[in-house]
Amino acid sequence: MKILVCISNVPDTTSKINFTGDNKNFDKNGVQYVINPWDEYALTRAIELKEAKGGSVTVLNVGEADAEPNIRKALAIGADDAIRVNAHPKDAYFVAQQITAIAKEGGYDMILMGKESIDYNGFQVHNMVGEMMGIPSVTPAFKLDMVDDSTARLEREIEGGKEVVEVKLPFVASAQQPMCEPRIPNMRGIMTARTKPLKVVEPTGAEAKSEYVNYSKPEKKSGVKMIDAENAGEVIKLLRNEAKVL
Amino acid sequence: MSVLVFVEGLNGEIKKSSLEAATYGSQVAQAMGTSATAVAIGDVNEDALARLGEQGISKVLYDADDRLKQFVADAYVKVIAKAAQQENAKVLVFSNSNIGAAVGSKLAVRLNGSLATNVTELPKMDGGNFIVTRGVFSGKAFADVNLTSDVKIIAVKKNSTDITSNAGNTATVEKLSADLTDAEFAAAPKETVMQDTSGGVLLQEAEIVVSGGRGMKGPENWHLIEELAKELGAATACSKPVSDIGWRPHHEHVGQTGITVSPNLYIAAGISGAIQHLAGVNSSKVIVVINKDPEAPFFKAADYGIVGDALEVLPKLIEAAKALDK
Ligand SMILES: Cc1cc2nc3c(=O)[nH]c(=O)nc-3n(C[C@H](O)[C@H](O)[C@H](O)COP(=O)(O)OP(=O)(O)OC[C@H]3O[C@@H](n4cnc5c(N)ncnc54)[C@H](O)[C@@H]3O)c2cc1C
Repeated sequence: MKILVCISNVPDTTSKINFTGDNKNFDKNGVQYVINPWDEYALTRAIELKEAKGGSVTVLNVGEADAEPNIRKALAIGADDAIRVNAHPKDAYFVAQQITAIAKEGGYDMILMGKESIDYNGFQVHNMVGEMMGIPSVTPAFKLDMVDDSTARLEREIEGGKEVVEVKLPFVASAQQPMCEPRIPNMRGIMTARTKPLKVVEPTGAEAKSEYVNYSKPEKKSGVKMIDAENAGEVIKLLRNEAKVL
Repeated sequence: MSVLVFVEGLNGEIKKSSLEAATYGSQVAQAMGTSATAVAIGDVNEDALARLGEQGISKVLYDADDRLKQFVADAYVKVIAKAAQQENAKVLVFSNSNIGAAVGSKLAVRLNGSLATNVTELPKMDGGNFIVTRGVFSGKAFADVNLTSDVKIIAVKKNSTDITSNAGNTATVEKLSADLTDAEFAAAPKETVMQDTSGGVLLQEAEIVVSGGRGMKGPENWHLIEELAKELGAATACSKPVSDIGWRPHHEHVGQTGITVSPNLYIAAGISGAIQHLAGVNSSKVIVVINKDPEAPFFKAADYGIVGDALEVLPKLIEAAKALDK
């Protein structure tokens, strides 16, 4: 089984978010980048499936060279090889086009990724890739197992419930908890990752369909009003009369 | 040219998030000097559809195919694409739900359109631009995005639009058929299992959420969370460790790796307020934090705070909530 896992390189959740150049650009200064946490579920589950059934796991990142430490980390966690499409990920449509080009060429049985990236929170790429390739996309999935060599069984979340879906390979799925327990690299993984292949390819000529023109931050809270625990019930009155949310 | 809104039904009624999308779509249509049509699929009754007039919808196209009662992405996409073509829709509006955003993404490819999900404000249309504001960086920022294609697709963040209701206005309801074939049902779900929400409120749709963390000490104390939620008409939620240890089901876990909620009111009892938890709740309008530790980070993100033992404080809130006139 050939599995393609798409990962994005995102600011660590604990990062302070700032913008530069008149709020036109994200300020990378002092920001630590990590593998998008949702993608870690996809990666780990792919590795588990490979361990159980044989095959290979390729990680794919559409991004610039500064993503390479995290691509190496994915290799250290257990992927076999990696591809980086050398381009700034302009928008979801652009990224989906790049993934589709790689996926078509590689003939993968499964294309997995996280349900969204924690920076641009799009929840778009997986369904776009499914549509571009004309194969099913099951998102967001929290369970993924093989029924036989050509069929997978997934459970996906819908508001207020879940759906059980069986699809033939190939398909696209996006991952969320509790699909598996994301792995961290061990020493041996880190050593072997250094020599695993990481291929850099240039993007296709695809266009983006949206432009990020400006950023802003939410208004700061005006501060917390403390209520004495003895009179805790007071807060209910404040919520009705002052905050007007009850 | 028109604006097309996709509405989702549940148990015959239209979901609250879809009423928000309908309101949003009508307001866009008004700004563009055109009308708003809705397209509805599946489990919703025609009276409810006609009442979409209250949100400013003039016409509803309804595909009553029974097979659409459950979500089947390819079939939904085909129906909505047909409606978009019939109405010559240049703007398509969805709720930013697992269904709406999924269908919107596929339509962006099929209709060659620009897509923005998690949108929080009405578009600014001037100088040929069509700029929407969307939440990014897990609630820590907003981005203004110009949608450059001819067709624009917008998935509206839940609870970011105040639903309008002009009582008495009704929409005309017309049947729509997209000539669905078996091909669109190839990846149809084998089974759909809904949570038991009897008497309860669906977390994703809730205006008020009462949530508990490890400070609640154990599942035996959750009746306090549930009782307060019941009094306030709220949904219940929890922090990640609480669902990891099995005190509560996974579908209640909010945060970076769980569900994102943006209710009007979020009450957190015994939750420390780790940044990963905040990522899922920080766009709540009002936050109340109950924690025995005055240094708990959650107080920094709170509007109201109570330092105390949740097991003693919650009964007081329940009592006060009971005393409110409903
Ligand atoms: C990659 C990653 C993703 C994560 N995703 C999520 C996520 O999606 N959602 C999430 O919630 N967490 C997430 N976490 C975990 C997060 O970092 C915190 O560990 C978690 O939110 C803590 O949960 P808690 O506040 O319930 O428990 P604790 O951290 O144990 O805090 C308990 C709090 O309760 C208070 N307390 C104790 N007893 C009482 C009492 N009797 N009365 C009142 N207060 C009391 C304590 O003072 C403390 O503040 C994630 C972590 C990582 C690394």
